[in-house]
Amino acid sequence: MTLKRLLSERRAAILEKWRDRVFACYPPETASFLKREADRFSNPVAHRLTEGLKGIYATLLGEAPAAEVTAQLDEVLRIWAVQDFTPSQALAFVFFLKPIIREELAGELKADAGLTAELLDLESRLDGVALLGFDVYMRRREKLSDLKVSEMKARISGLLRRVGVDPSTL
Amino acid sequence: MSLPKPEELARVNYQPPARGWMEVKPDFRPGTYCNAASPKWLEWIDYPYPRQWSVAEEDWQLPENWKEIVLEGMEDRLARFRSLKLFFDICVRCGACADKCHFFLGTGDPKNMPVLRAELLRSVYKRYFTRIGKALGELVGARDLDEKVIKEWFFYLYQCTICRRCSLFCPYGIDMAEMTLLGREMLASIGINIDWAMASVAQCYDKGSHIGATPQAFKDMIDFLAEENERITGIKTPVSYNRKGAEILFVTPSGDYFADPGTFTLMGYLLLFTYLDLDWTFSTYAAEGGNFGWFVSHEMGKRLNAKIYHEAERLKVKWILGGECGHMWRVCNQYMPTWFGQVPSFLEVPVSPVTGTVFENARVHKMVHISEFTADLLRHNKLKLDPQRNAHIKLTFHDSCNTSRGMGIFEEPRYIIQHVLPEGHFFEMPPNTIREKTFCCGSSSGINANENMELRMQGGFPRANAVRYVHERYGVNHLGCICALDRATLPTLLQYWVPEVEVTGITELVGNALVFEGEIERTTDLRDRDLVGVGEQEGGEEEE
Repeated sequence: MTLKRLLSERRAAILEKWRDRVFACYPPETASFLKREADRFSNPVAHRLTEGLKGIYATLLGEAPAAEVTAQLDEVLRIWAVQDFTPSQALAFVFFLKPIIREELAGELKADAGLTAELLDLESRLDGVALLGFDVYMRRREKLSDLKVSEMKARISGLLRRVGVDPSTL
Repeated sequence: MSLPKPEELARVNYQPPARGWMEVKPDFRPGTYCNAASPKWLEWIDYPYPRQWSVAEEDWQLPENWKEIVLEGMEDRLARFRSLKLFFDICVRCGACADKCHFFLGTGDPKNMPVLRAELLRSVYKRYFTRIGKALGELVGARDLDEKVIKEWFFYLYQCTICRRCSLFCPYGIDMAEMTLLGREMLASIGINIDWAMASVAQCYDKGSHIGATPQAFKDMIDFLAEENERITGIKTPVSYNRKGAEILFVTPSGDYFADPGTFTLMGYLLLFTYLDLDWTFSTYAAEGGNFGWFVSHEMGKRLNAKIYHEAERLKVKWILGGECGHMWRVCNQYMPTWFGQVPSFLEVPVSPVTGTVFENARVHKMVHISEFTADLLRHNKLKLDPQRNAHIKLTFHDSCNTSRGMGIFEEPRYIIQHVLPEGHFFEMPPNTIREKTFCCGSSSGINANENMELRMQGGFPRANAVRYVHERYGVNHLGCICALDRATLPTLLQYWVPEVEVTGITELVGNALVFEGEIERTTDLRDRDLVGVGEQEGGEEEE
């Protein structure tokens, strides 16, 4: 059996562990809320984080085009770029998946040495995902800076138009 | 220390340790707090302890007897506001409010659970004003007041937008907004204020509006918007200022005449008033409907609000019409007559001169919200509208906390929307994110400072998340609202979370749709965007 097939079969268990590990980055009271509340609008952070993790996992398995991984990373990182996560903390979640997969598939990996090469390949791809994540995180931080500038302009945009200046050209 | 390999990084434990809430102190990370108020603003308004200080520095240069001032201030407020004492004593920590705050949902910080935010104040109350707290201290959740507590108050009381969503779910109706306001008052009493709010307050006190516009600038800007109306619609929309004897005084927040997209809403007001041939006037003195003073203290709210009735009396108008604003409406509707000290006898109960409707709900404060006024016009078929002029807009509606949860204006804006949009162009966000349960914009109550951007993006995330849902599901491209602070802050929020969606006032949509006799053929909306069909025709001509 290939690693990808195993990962597909054990998707629910692995994703749940990955998600719980990610939620555990928050204070305990918050982590338990993130896990407990199922409504996507009453618990938006948990919903968006979970969607991001699901998407990245599917892309790793080749179920979604590789190009989509940037958008999936953005689901997670656009939240963490404004919360109290440093870049290293924000990107560590990608690496959380490595030990989770190794633990979850410990038996199979022991029994079938052929899976190891596939696992190393997958882990290497995860490293790549983390590097892409750095780009995404930076883009979000740059976006925040842009927003500060555009908001300053918007506050006097009426006045700018009054004196014949198109605010969008500044 | 050797450099970590990715595998080692993965083993780093980022889980914060479980600690008691009193031990966890705020981390003043840039982006998550507002700057300290410049002393000049405090001097302008004669506020105590003006000084140059910085939130990021260890020493906040508190006055020597700061503790005495705060405790006396608390004692005074416990006597004056029975509600405060009740809210302190009655909470049973049931947790119903805990996960209802947009700041808790967005930041993940447990101290933004309203129950815990209130506890920041309550713990001090217990220590100094209850027998059990004096005797048992931390055992019963009481703690000494020290500088760290003051810093904590500052951090979290400015992470509350007094939206009252938590109060809605509290079985006792504990009003966190009132506690936040009183807490901010106590901070102000020792010279702890935020610059963004105090600059607006001082400017408003000195010149009449938050942005510090002089009467000349106010008039110049509104005249320009009237010219814009004429350019786009061919209709002159004359404006009168300080005209004695007008029937109606119109008051709106300064956001409507200086900042897009509020300016387009103001163009809509002018079109509507012209269409109705309304007898109305602006006042260059009551040139600010908003009231950042209320975000600082009840006293300052009263000081800034006073000009509205004074101008109504001086100009001898019959009643007051308010533009699209949230907190202005809350202040005018719920505080103004109390602050004034009596029902303003020089005003009449508002009656629509177009429909004859008596606004009984405004019997006391004598002020009508433009949404109530317009909805009544539509109910009586007084407006000729062409909804196709809004065919480029697929709309969802954000219930602003103050107008909706604060005062129950749910149906009026929706009724207007139904009339000015083509059928099938309006989509509600999910029920647990609208009406009474609406999620706040995350930037209200004076914290919409530029330097506070990360916090605002977190606080507004639950709102944006619901907007994104209707955008993805129904192709919604505009978020409507009847609040000037929303129009100032939601565009930034959405540019971060849902950049495909723009923000619009509702009267802007009315202005787009109003059909005048003698108007020129409309090819654009009030924002100079091509109407549906127009751009395609032009494209065809170009090809020829």
